[in-house]
Amino acid sequence: MVDDNMDRFGFTISTGRQIDYESNDRSIAEYILDKEPSFRLCIECGGCSATCTTGNFTGFSLRELNILIKRGENDKVRQNLKKCMLCGKCTLVCPRGVNTRNIVVLAKEAFQKSDEYAI
Amino acid sequence: MNKHVVVIGGGVAGLEVAGQLSKAGIDVTLIEKETKTGGNLNKWYKLFPDRRKSSEIKEYLDGITLNRGINLLTNTTIEMFNRNRNHLLITTNGGKELVADAIVVATGFDLFKSARKEEYGYGIYDNVFTSADLEEMFRNGKIALANGTVPETIGIIHCVGSRDEKAGNLYCSKLCCVTAVKQAIEIREYLPESKVFCFYMDMRMGGAFYEELYREAQEKWGVSFIRGKVSEASETIEGKLLIKVEDTLAGRPLKMKLDLLVLMAGMEMSEGGKKIAGIGGLNTGENRFFAATDNHFGSNISNIDGIFYAGTCTAPMNITETISHARAAVVEVIDYLKDGR
Repeated sequence: MVDDNMDRFGFTISTGRQIDYESNDRSIAEYILDKEPSFRLCIECGGCSATCTTGNFTGFSLRELNILIKRGENDKVRQNLKKCMLCGKCTLVCPRGVNTRNIVVLAKEAFQKSDEYAI
Repeated sequence: MNKHVVVIGGGVAGLEVAGQLSKAGIDVTLIEKETKTGGNLNKWYKLFPDRRKSSEIKEYLDGITLNRGINLLTNTTIEMFNRNRNHLLITTNGGKELVADAIVVATGFDLFKSARKEEYGYGIYDNVFTSADLEEMFRNGKIALANGTVPETIGIIHCVGSRDEKAGNLYCSKLCCVTAVKQAIEIREYLPESKVFCFYMDMRMGGAFYEELYREAQEKWGVSFIRGKVSEASETIEGKLLIKVEDTLAGRPLKMKLDLLVLMAGMEMSEGGKKIAGIGGLNTGENRFFAATDNHFGSNISNIDGIFYAGTCTAPMNITETISHARAAVVEVIDYLKDGR
């Protein structure tokens, strides 16, 4: 156990950079996969992010969000999701036929429904 | 009476089949829709992995066929198939009737029509070319932009019409990655001052000496490889090509102005092959190529007795594989003809 006073002592606890696969919560990914099976087909080519208007001006990358959702790195995803304008250009580009726009919609929905992430 | 086999298609596979069957003492009629044989081979100047001239392969193929007096019908297509007991009857576009003991379909592939990927601007912007166009430039010994000037920055886009649901092709054409590497090296040879960038989704370097060629492109020729699918190209006011891609390994969108863009067109079932499939009742797969009757043993054998396949009408293949597949077809045909027919 880390002593509650430790933060006053001049030390910080650094959280690991590893994706902790077992501990991570993949319920958001499961929610999306259940309703949009094409989510499985992403090969991380980045076509969606290349064409994305938002991505050219903010840190938004749908490709990156896809993989983070699948790994259960949900905090970063949640902050970024709201940047998407749902224009759907990514869906036109995707060579795998992933319904990318719907993934954003479903991810938002999943976060809304989840107790853990609800505002 | 001597057995007679009709081979449809005078590309690499058809010529190899015709030559080997003829060597085995079988009468062969080779049908070619164009005025001359060679097929897609004629479009290429030099070949991977050793950059030997395609004309050398053509010379070998002509040597075992045309120069040995094979019955060649050029400007000829098939209009009808019929069966008369153990014989297959073929009617050509000229109304000629051929009686065959067996048929080998070697109708090959067509290059993906790059204009279909409108977002890359082939046929819209002057300086977007295909891999086949570039071969033509190599043959002419001159790589130039539409206005005659020499390009300094060249981009090569992989997977144009391959692994692309939007193009209706889920499969990998297998040869475009190594063709991109070969052509990148050749551009650097012709234009030592140029910079070449390959945009890829995955580098599929599975063939013999492919990986070595990839290394050579990096090590000796300084070709840059950027992992990301180009989403679109547009023309700038100064006539350059502006591409948009995500540099997926850097995790950032990337834009780049290029002088010239080369599209690595994939392979599709040929129009001729589709027509034969229709009139012959031959099974094709989801990828539209002829379907094997068995994935391990039956890639030369069709669903119709006496009709066999050779080469890229069944799947994308390089020339080495095409020659092997053609020879395998010959084994099947000889076996079939021996069978008391």
